[in-house]
Amino acid sequence: MEYTRSEIQNGVWLTHIRSDKFKTACLSITLLTQLRRETAAMNALLPLVLRRGTSRYGDMEAISGRLDELYGAAIEPVVRRIGEIQCIGFFASVPEEDFLPAGADTLRGTCELMGQMLLSPNTRGGLLLPDYVDSERGKLIEMIRARLNDKLGYSINRCIEEMCCCEDYAVSRLGDEESAAAIRYQKLTKQYRSVIQSSPIEIFYCGRAEQKRVESLLRDALSTLPRGEIDYDIGTDVRLNSLEAAPREYTEPMNVTQAKLVIGWRLGEAMEEPNPAALRVFSSLLGGSTASKLFVNVREKLSLCYFASVIVDVHKGVLLAYAGTEFDNVERAKEEIFAQLAAIANGEITDEELSAARADVKSALKSAQDSQGALEGFYLSAVLDGADYSPEELGALVDEVTKDDMVAIAQGCECDMIYTLTGDGSEEDEDDEEIAEPTEEELRAFEEDEDGDPDKEI
Amino acid sequence: MEILTKRFENVGETLQTAVLDNGLHICVVPKKGFSSFFACFGTYYGSVMRSFDLAGVRHDTPAGVAHYLEHKMFDMPGGDNALQSMTATGADPNAFTAYDETVYYFHCTEHFEENLRTLLRFVTTPYFTAETVEKEQGIIAQEIRMYDDEPDNAVYVDLMKLLYKSHPVRDDIAGTVESIAEIDADTLYACHRAFYTPGNMCLCVAGDVDAAAICAIAEEMLGGEKGEVPQPVVYEENDAPEKLYTERVMSVSAPQFLLGAAYRPTEGDVLRERIVARLAMRLLCGTSSPLYTRLYREGILNRNFAYGTDFPANTAQLTAGGESPDPQRVYDELMGEVDRIAAEGFDPDAFERAKRASLGARLRGFEDFDSVCLTAFDAERLGYCIFDAPAVLASVTAEECRDFLVRVLTRERTALSVVRPQTHA
Repeated sequence: MEYTRSEIQNGVWLTHIRSDKFKTACLSITLLTQLRRETAAMNALLPLVLRRGTSRYGDMEAISGRLDELYGAAIEPVVRRIGEIQCIGFFASVPEEDFLPAGADTLRGTCELMGQMLLSPNTRGGLLLPDYVDSERGKLIEMIRARLNDKLGYSINRCIEEMCCCEDYAVSRLGDEESAAAIRYQKLTKQYRSVIQSSPIEIFYCGRAEQKRVESLLRDALSTLPRGEIDYDIGTDVRLNSLEAAPREYTEPMNVTQAKLVIGWRLGEAMEEPNPAALRVFSSLLGGSTASKLFVNVREKLSLCYFASVIVDVHKGVLLAYAGTEFDNVERAKEEIFAQLAAIANGEITDEELSAARADVKSALKSAQDSQGALEGFYLSAVLDGADYSPEELGALVDEVTKDDMVAIAQGCECDMIYTLTGDGSEEDEDDEEIAEPTEEELRAFEEDEDGDPDKEI
Repeated sequence: MEILTKRFENVGETLQTAVLDNGLHICVVPKKGFSSFFACFGTYYGSVMRSFDLAGVRHDTPAGVAHYLEHKMFDMPGGDNALQSMTATGADPNAFTAYDETVYYFHCTEHFEENLRTLLRFVTTPYFTAETVEKEQGIIAQEIRMYDDEPDNAVYVDLMKLLYKSHPVRDDIAGTVESIAEIDADTLYACHRAFYTPGNMCLCVAGDVDAAAICAIAEEMLGGEKGEVPQPVVYEENDAPEKLYTERVMSVSAPQFLLGAAYRPTEGDVLRERIVARLAMRLLCGTSSPLYTRLYREGILNRNFAYGTDFPANTAQLTAGGESPDPQRVYDELMGEVDRIAAEGFDPDAFERAKRASLGARLRGFEDFDSVCLTAFDAERLGYCIFDAPAVLASVTAEECRDFLVRVLTRERTALSVVRPQTHA
């Protein structure tokens, strides 16, 4: 794999990875904006509206038809939150021409269509179509409300909202319902013009095409990109300490059959000069794999839950541990999670545990090189950290992570919020209902992301 | 033992297959240049095989045994746990139980052969004690509770109950908190002895590997004994559903729904029928279909919509579902669209475009080691080859897709399952 990174226009960076391994290329265009309550919903709405129609392909039918012609190339609107940066744009998966009938021109077609979505939306009098804005605003509100349908994801988000109530980090990647409801097409057009001029733009490509060809296709596709003064002054505000001396607690009743416990900590001193390799190993050691402290103790030894895991946000310096348990077992699960973190802080880490955590992180980094999607996420995240290492280089640093690093990280953690989703009493008379095929790994790898491709086939 | 190697230049893939003397089927998909490995080893035994004869003795087991057995297989004699031994090398092991299969698998980047040996060993080493079996109840009960709170799961199980009156696919794979309380170590041993014999199992591997080495390891680890596999009970289910609608209330943001129809899968060309089913559903309600784009525009559907083609335990279903303010309207519109297609057929240009898109989607699917291996696992039993799909797809006609839809998605057979939001007084 050959890696290059270059600025192809003012404030437009292309990360290019050439590889013959894959049958579909990955191409993403991401605009980086500061996550703020006032603009989050508008920014989230932009790619959804832009995806509705371009000056050439005026509506969804035309766009979908064009994508079918391009052998099912997929261009999806994407809204992500990395730390306190809101990343909006498009993610494309492009079938490689080598496996298609002669004459297939999928990469050019996809670059052109993506460029049109970004720069030539279907407008009237220079304004985004009211019809599209109203329709997608309704759907955005549906998406914001639908967070409720995934009880674990909902609980994790609620914990963050309560824990970081005075920080932009509390703002969801989609913004809030009230701000979304207030969006009108004139206002959104104004926001579009501003974002398109001032946002740093990150483009990622991984596939068979040479850097020169990709750059040239993108230069053509983005030739009308208006660039003003680029706003590089974006970033994530790290808070080292908890808000109050003792952890705050929040319990929310709902009609559910299982309680969800989410505990949030500030990583504290570990964020003064963050060591990404050590933080990843720490995450794995505490709750990242089936050899982790939480899995072995909270699940296997005490049988309190089916899943008990952690998320470490290295951008924001936040640690979240979560588990699903019986209502009556929430306290025991909580005590055990705190006990396991305390064990690490006391140096109670076996050589086997540390070595399993290191191996887990190294394996994840190595296998990222076999997935364009994982590479895309890795490099975007690295860019926002101002880092320029590859997964392989970061993997090499993992060997240097010590037990003392783990102890230091655990000792610095300050608990800030304990959130519990619990029953509201209405569940008691319900019969046990049915369940379907389990997908355990989906849970372990919780991510706040889009749904899968409905047309996926094998 | 002979290793068959078949090259598919059109998709740049190779498939190597072998059947060992002990009856084990092996599929290897060599992936040059990749550092990841994926291996899955499983038995064609799942939640629906609850009654069977073993050595002249009839066994009627509680709901959820196959899944319970899956959880307990990781325990090894001497207190070791295969999950932990594999994770120690950086591997990521896991397992799942379905209606008619139980599959154990791992991803790794290092120590592939060591992990493969561990996988083959632990899946063929039953070790249960009263204490370890008892301990798992709390964990599985929480797994069941977790699914109980998921609306996607609720609409699915409710739909299966509408579509099937007696077939055990209407019952939940993990059982219930009550049924799993009846499971003991003896039950687990009997099920393992009956179904975990090499002749009823399959091993699939993707990665930069050598098929001969994998076959040698499997022979060494599993021995040459074939074992006897109980004859599965054949369930017949021909009648149309008596009830076509069901709903329940949960804490959700908007109505969630799944509609679908069951049909008897062909005993002939399985791959072709599956490709036709998938393409037909794409044409009917895929992201570029007139139906989906219109209902999306009208606010009846959003991006949380998907169609499915499922084939569990010798049954088959076409489904479509998501979120809608008016699920009944989606049902009516979809039925109306089937009528229109029956009368007018598909637009020829749209049909050709859909075939292109389907080809691209299949290429994307071949990228994913897990999907490739798990599909090969299924295909091995049914006797087709996954990499034949693009060639078969090229020969599918619009008439085939139309006839298929019109035959399966009839008003008498298509049911609707809905989860409605709780309304607070």
